[in-house]
Amino acid sequence: MIQVELVVFVVAAAACLAGAVGVVLSENPVHAALSLVGTLFGIAVLFVAQEAHFLAAVQVIVYAGAIVVLFLFVLMLLGVDRVEDLRVEPLVGQRVAAAVLALGILALTAGALASTGYEVTGVAGEIDEAVPDVYRLGESLFTDYVYALEITSVLLVIAVVAAILLARPARGGEIVDPGQEERAEQVTARMAAAEARADGDQSGGEDRDGGAGAGMAARTAGDVPASEEVDQ
Amino acid sequence: MIAALEVTPAWYLVLGALLFSIGAFGLLVRRNPLVMFMCVELMLNAVTLTFVTFSRMLEDTGGQSVVVFVLVVAAAEVVVGLAIIVALLRKRPHATADDVALLEG
Repeated sequence: MIQVELVVFVVAAAACLAGAVGVVLSENPVHAALSLVGTLFGIAVLFVAQEAHFLAAVQVIVYAGAIVVLFLFVLMLLGVDRVEDLRVEPLVGQRVAAAVLALGILALTAGALASTGYEVTGVAGEIDEAVPDVYRLGESLFTDYVYALEITSVLLVIAVVAAILLARPARGGEIVDPGQEERAEQVTARMAAAEARADGDQSGGEDRDGGAGAGMAARTAGDVPASEEVDQ
Repeated sequence: MIAALEVTPAWYLVLGALLFSIGAFGLLVRRNPLVMFMCVELMLNAVTLTFVTFSRMLEDTGGQSVVVFVLVVAAAEVVVGLAIIVALLRKRPHATADDVALLEG
C-alpha cells in the first residue's frame, strides 16, 4: 500500500512540477496553458490521494474545464498567441532578483515547516471515516461557513457584471463597420445616377423612375439608422 | 529500500511550497499578461494543495471548505482579470505588462 501511495505521489508531483516549469518557460502562451492543465491534473490526483474526492472532481471541472478553456478562448480570440522571446531580458537584473525572491519564499516556507518538525498543532477535528467527504464538506459549508457561502454567491454576481462591463466595447465607435463608407458611397452614386436619369427622362417614364428613386431613398434611409445601431 | 519510504503530509507541503515559488518566479519574470495570470493560478493551486494537506493532518473538514472558496474566488478573479486583459489588448494589441501602467490616472 505504501508503495502505491509513493508511486502516485511521485508521478503526480512530477506532473505538477513539470507543468509549472512549462508554464514559466514556454515561449508560446498556448503551450503555457496546456502545461497548466498538467499541473492542475497533478493537483487533482494529489487531492484524490488525500481523500478529497469531491475537490478533485471540482478541480478538474472548474480549473481544467472552465478556467483553462477561458484562457485559451482569450488567446484565440485576441490572437495574442505570439511567441515571446525569452532570451531577451527586458529589465537588467530582473530575473536574478525574481529568482532570489522565489528562493527566499521557498526557504521561508520550507524553513517554517522544518522548524515545526512537520507536525501540526491546533484543535483537531473529528472526521468520521465512514461518512463520505462530500457529505462532510456539504455539512461544513452549510453550517459553519454558510454566511461565507452566501457572500461568495454575491461575489460571483458582481464578477459577472464587472466582466460584462469591462469587456463590452466602448459606446460610440469601438466596433467600426468596415464596409460602411463604401456602402454609403455606392448609395450616393446610385442616387446621383437615378437623379440624372430622372432629369434626362423628364418627359417619358417619370412614373417608373420616380418609383425607383423612392425605393432607393427608402433603402438608403433604412441603411443609415441600421449602421448607426451597429455603432452603438 | 523504496518500500521504506513513506509519503508523509510534509511531502505535500514541500511540493506546495515549490509550486508557489515557481509561480511567484514566473509572475515576476513573464511579461505576457495572460501567462502572468497562469502563474497566479499556479500559486493559488499550491495554496489549495496546502489547505487540503492541513485538512488531512488535522482531520478537519474546514480546510476543504476553504478550498471551495478559493476555487470560487479564483474563478471570479480570472473572469474579471481576463475581461481587463481583453479590454486592454483590444486597444493595444500585443501589449505587455509594462503597458498596463498606461491605465493609471
